[in-house]
Amino acid sequence: MKRQKRFEKLEKRPVHLDGFVKEWDDEGLVALEGKNDPKPSIKLENGEITELDGKKKEDFDLIDKYIAEYGLNLDNAEMAMNTDSLKIAHMLVDPNVSRSEIIKYTTAITPAKAEEVISKLNFGEMIVAVQKMRPRRTPATQCHITNTLDNPVEIAADAAEAALRGFPEQETTTAIARYAPMNAISIMVGSQTGRPGVITQCSVEESEELSLGMRGFTAYAETISVYGTDRVFTDGDDTPWSKGFLASCYASRGLKMRFTSGAGSEVMMGYTEGKSMLYLEARCIFITKASGVQGLQNGGVSCIGIPGAVPGGIREVLGENLMCMMMDIECASGCDQAFSHSDIRRTERMIGQFIAGTDYISSGYAAEENRDNTFAGSNMDVLDYDDYCAMERDLAVNGGILPIHEEDAIKIRNKAAKAIQAVFDGLGLPAITDEEVEAATYASNSDDMPKRDMVQDMKAAQDLMDRGITVSDIIKALHDHGFNDVAQAVLALAQQKVCGDYLQTSAIFDKNWHCISAIDNPNDYQGPGTGYRLWEDKDTWDKIKDIPWAMDPQHMDF
Amino acid sequence: MSQEIDETLLRSIIKDVIGEMKNTDTPISFNDSGNSAATATQAAPSSSQTSDIKPVDWFKHVGVAKPGLSKDEVVIAVAPAFAEVLTRTMTKLPHKDVLRQVIAGIEEEGLKARVVKVYRTSDVSFCSVDADQLSGSGISVAIQSKGTAIIHQKDQEPLSNLELFPQAPVLTLDTYRAIGKNAAQYAKGMSPNPVPTVNDQMARVQYQALSALMHIQETKQVVPGKPSDEIQVSFN
Repeated sequence: MKRQKRFEKLEKRPVHLDGFVKEWDDEGLVALEGKNDPKPSIKLENGEITELDGKKKEDFDLIDKYIAEYGLNLDNAEMAMNTDSLKIAHMLVDPNVSRSEIIKYTTAITPAKAEEVISKLNFGEMIVAVQKMRPRRTPATQCHITNTLDNPVEIAADAAEAALRGFPEQETTTAIARYAPMNAISIMVGSQTGRPGVITQCSVEESEELSLGMRGFTAYAETISVYGTDRVFTDGDDTPWSKGFLASCYASRGLKMRFTSGAGSEVMMGYTEGKSMLYLEARCIFITKASGVQGLQNGGVSCIGIPGAVPGGIREVLGENLMCMMMDIECASGCDQAFSHSDIRRTERMIGQFIAGTDYISSGYAAEENRDNTFAGSNMDVLDYDDYCAMERDLAVNGGILPIHEEDAIKIRNKAAKAIQAVFDGLGLPAITDEEVEAATYASNSDDMPKRDMVQDMKAAQDLMDRGITVSDIIKALHDHGFNDVAQAVLALAQQKVCGDYLQTSAIFDKNWHCISAIDNPNDYQGPGTGYRLWEDKDTWDKIKDIPWAMDPQHMDF
Repeated sequence: MSQEIDETLLRSIIKDVIGEMKNTDTPISFNDSGNSAATATQAAPSSSQTSDIKPVDWFKHVGVAKPGLSKDEVVIAVAPAFAEVLTRTMTKLPHKDVLRQVIAGIEEEGLKARVVKVYRTSDVSFCSVDADQLSGSGISVAIQSKGTAIIHQKDQEPLSNLELFPQAPVLTLDTYRAIGKNAAQYAKGMSPNPVPTVNDQMARVQYQALSALMHIQETKQVVPGKPSDEIQVSFN
């Protein structure tokens, strides 16, 4: 065929590098309303569910049984299930119906019914509904702090800068699993240097992650994954009950935690039972609620390429975020993984969550260059900071990231690098040189860092676990080296685990360790004049307005 | 002190040991064309998916895999669809070349490689766990058909690892050789520098849908409860 010149040009656009596939219901490659999805139903006998979404009790699989036993508020179940799905959808969008009124319905319906409700909404209606349904009034966002060399000095410096930029929660992981304790310590020390009150996590193998938390190296956990079919659970040697047990381990140690799920994971694992992504995600959300867990990270997450590849996939993703909020639990709403080669599509990916505002608009904004993001890349990274801040300023939306001045970044990065240098010295870990401190202060990615002896670092990481080092050794090291303010912040963090206030739904801390959660900062949106409005949050609005590169028309020097 | 020895027990132990030595010490032939007539039919999965299986000459099933006793071996586990249902990784590297490089990396360190095919799971971590239980050194490498790889050690939690290579699209034949070499060094009790982490944040975007389709194929070959097969490979 003789090529048409415009089509040839179009083919060279970045969007053509993205993966797109046609629907295939029987392998679950369908966003919502799949042809094999069950119809909503419930039967109650003597206060017990004997039929759930068309399945009799004797045919329940593990997930049905778990949800039937713990997942629904049975007092309202018949009332809610007898309400037309379209009516519940209307309530979600109607500003006159309060959040708490809707929760009575949405926590008493079945997974198939929840899917049906979401399926009634278009993308714009979902934004309106998310604005009202997110539990915390003030929106926020979360970041990733990683680098491909697991360089601890760079982690500390990046964490400090991210804290200054306003991220209240920060997550690290490893390039090499054995680095875990060192990364956990580096992100904690760095973030507390940047702004006291930030909480941090280190996403690694589940038992090690719990052990890091129990030592006080981390303050929360998020990557406790749940799935929508039994086979995906059992393939990972898990059940809903084992995840529930793990959740209670965190709670009993005063550690905040949320589960993780998201469209596409069952497709990726090859066990969808032919159900749509939204129906399977509904089961994950109900498992979370059934476990008594305060929150969930969802919205495609690491499998975003799957919903992103099918028709209506990104609508489904915002829909599953909304469904999570309808269960009255915290939602860290994805936007955390590389999604598209196209800048236009990258913006499309986060625009719903961004405009509506969620508890964490991104559950992992790359606070390092994407090439250093060992979660395999995020939707947006440090090099998008100025675009993001401009969007916040243009639309007067609090997206959770503040513009900062270069000299402030240099100052805080340097302090964090010196603080982690002190901690390494105090704990007897391989020394951090002044040259590394200087490099981390001015670095943008791990190529800018002197190379460390990784074998020695890994041995030291194992050794510090064997020696039984805990957060108190870190506090002591900071104090002994004159970092009294950072030592005080790390101590305050440890104290918060004893008091446990931040185990409430959607909790974060301000710089004075005041808890901001769905309890003391509940979302009260009910139409114009209510809810969170950025311009009414004077301090934050002033910071967002103050992008350093804006001209000051009253002080021009021509 | 009485020294009663149950003769039957002793015989069975000796038999087991000899049996295992036979298995573990079978050299991997790089030049043996004599095996080319062998087929894999004897160990074909009993699932409904057998029709997808296309036996290949270089990848010969020789019975159920047994635990090895030799400290100088590394066991390589391949996932259920490897070589016989799917033949190339996500980036179209032939499975034969991938396996050849991992084995070469192990042999470069003077150790022996033993290949098994796992059937009970398509999960790369759990494949590696099955294999480290079989490995005399306790070190295993697992490779999925799409190319994802892991190095695992016996005393680690299933979902932990020594080194994980989660982004198949960035792995080259050189990487697979380096994976084999590092696995062998761990088996020798050394602490090698990890194979450098390469990160392509666009790999997911480009390959995730393909990855899912390949993994669906792989997972269709899973046979719950079926033990791993010992594989004799021959490259020529």
